[in-house]
Amino acid sequence: MSTTASDASEHAPRPSDPPPGAPEVIRTVGLTKVYPGGVTAVDRLDLVVGRGEIFGLLGPNGAGKTTTAGMLTTRVVPTSGSAHVGGVDVWAHPARAKELIGVVPQTNTLDRALTVRDNLYFHGRFFGMSRAVARRETDDLLERFKLTERAAMPVLALSGGMAQRLMVARAVMHRPSVLFLDEPTAGLDPQSRIAMWEILADLHVDGQTILLTTHYMEEADQLCDRLAIIDHGRVLALDTPEGLKRSTGIDTSVVVSAEGDLAALAALLDREIDGSTSARVLDGTVHLGVTGAEGVLPAVVQVAERGGFRVTDLSITEPTLETVFIDLTGKDLRE
Amino acid sequence: MTAPATTAPPDAPATARHVGSWVAFRALLLRDGYVLRKNLREFLPRTILQPLLLVFVFTYVFPKIGQGIGGTAGAADFSTMLVAGVLASVILFQGIQSVALPMVQEFGFTREIEDRVLAPLPLELVGVEKIVAGALQCLLSALIVFPIATFVPATPVHLRLDWPVLLTIAPLACVMSAALGLLFGTLFDPRTVPLLFGIVVIPLTFLGCIYFPWAQLESIRWLQVLVLVNPLVYMSEGFRAALTPVPHMRLLAVYPVLLGFTVAFSALGLRTFRNRVLS
Repeated sequence: MSTTASDASEHAPRPSDPPPGAPEVIRTVGLTKVYPGGVTAVDRLDLVVGRGEIFGLLGPNGAGKTTTAGMLTTRVVPTSGSAHVGGVDVWAHPARAKELIGVVPQTNTLDRALTVRDNLYFHGRFFGMSRAVARRETDDLLERFKLTERAAMPVLALSGGMAQRLMVARAVMHRPSVLFLDEPTAGLDPQSRIAMWEILADLHVDGQTILLTTHYMEEADQLCDRLAIIDHGRVLALDTPEGLKRSTGIDTSVVVSAEGDLAALAALLDREIDGSTSARVLDGTVHLGVTGAEGVLPAVVQVAERGGFRVTDLSITEPTLETVFIDLTGKDLRE
Repeated sequence: MTAPATTAPPDAPATARHVGSWVAFRALLLRDGYVLRKNLREFLPRTILQPLLLVFVFTYVFPKIGQGIGGTAGAADFSTMLVAGVLASVILFQGIQSVALPMVQEFGFTREIEDRVLAPLPLELVGVEKIVAGALQCLLSALIVFPIATFVPATPVHLRLDWPVLLTIAPLACVMSAALGLLFGTLFDPRTVPLLFGIVVIPLTFLGCIYFPWAQLESIRWLQVLVLVNPLVYMSEGFRAALTPVPHMRLLAVYPVLLGFTVAFSALGLRTFRNRVLS
């Protein structure tokens, strides 16, 4: 899926390579985690992320995304393989690696004993800022992340969206080489989610390298320069969102709701519709992938009714990352 | 994959600078000191009340109402004897309250520990910082309680300070208690933490030679031997040697055992800390 640095220099860039010329910031080689009890959470992961990229790990819960982020951020000890961040071997020199990473975990890990302002101030001090510099940086970040009015509040008084903003502010305060975000918008209301996307897009414009894990397709699609689709600890595909969607060969996805034996309907449509590339039953509907969508809707209705099925609903969409995921795994990302 | 970590990576922004463990360690201490100052209104009553009531009832109320306590030695000797035990128990309690209880929370539902261990220093040093900060709080609470134990009793307390012993026993007792706090903090979780008091701390204090010198247990030989596993015994006896003319366990036994407990609790505590943080 991904390539090594030597490959990258010898061959023309492939979609799975970081942008040409960008120095690599993350590199994993054969990174593997087997938990006690024999569960392989991450299986020989090879990944290269270039500076300035937003790189996404997309997959269902339990796919190994959080474990991967954990191994890159000194929290989960790899069973084998290596992980480098900013040129530092994370497991040979964890203290040095911690200087180069900013982490926003899935749970709220803000310091409950401190106010909003002090959470930032002491983070700056942990990372070697003088009193004056830490104060100045704190004020700047409060302003930039729209938290100035809440500065004196205890962190428990923050809403979910604000707490998440504060965690991002804290994580970028020491100018990390990579910002890791584990499911950055899980549990946020739609408005806070969009605000978080804007923040991440702004950081991206400033050149911040970001690795995020998510199981929201829209999030991966909207934010990521490149992403790896992961399931059962393995990378199934790695490309730009556009490249991944193209790779399915599907240019249109038709979702058919109907009464009767849906598996039979799926088989029928797959056989009869011109340009059909795949047909699956998911969530009580038939998902049909088609290349060359001209006139496909009337054809679907016609074929279905000729086969004795009553079509109750019909929709047509561009392929999404979900289409890609279904195509790769045969299952829905939300399952 | 053998990138040397000693040289700054070429692609790291100049601003993500090399901090050095000591700077981060000092900042963690700074944070703990700040939180302590901020929470002084909770720290003081929680530190003072238990020893104050203990000293008040045993050495003020009892003699005043003519309740005989302390055996034939008499009430005045009892007050003197109790000073050392009170200090030892205050230090042990503080080690648990200032290290173990916050840590149980941080490892529990708040998961704050996940952020604290991302500070740029080796994981073990994060644990060591907890011990140092805890030991300083133990020392502070001993300083606060000492005048109470000395001046509250109705009968005069006869102090005889042995400074070299005091200046070595006190820090040792504080570090040992904080290390024990770290060990307990990593062994217990929010669900089991009530057990910590019910089945660990209470027996430790009641059988910690707070209310009686170890030598007097001679008449209950089995108990005298049994309590030797209790680290509080050596703290109480050590303070007895440092502060009072009351007969005490030989210092040649007190020092090595306290030191041994300190090393053992620190090593075990740091190991369980590491195991809890990493998966």
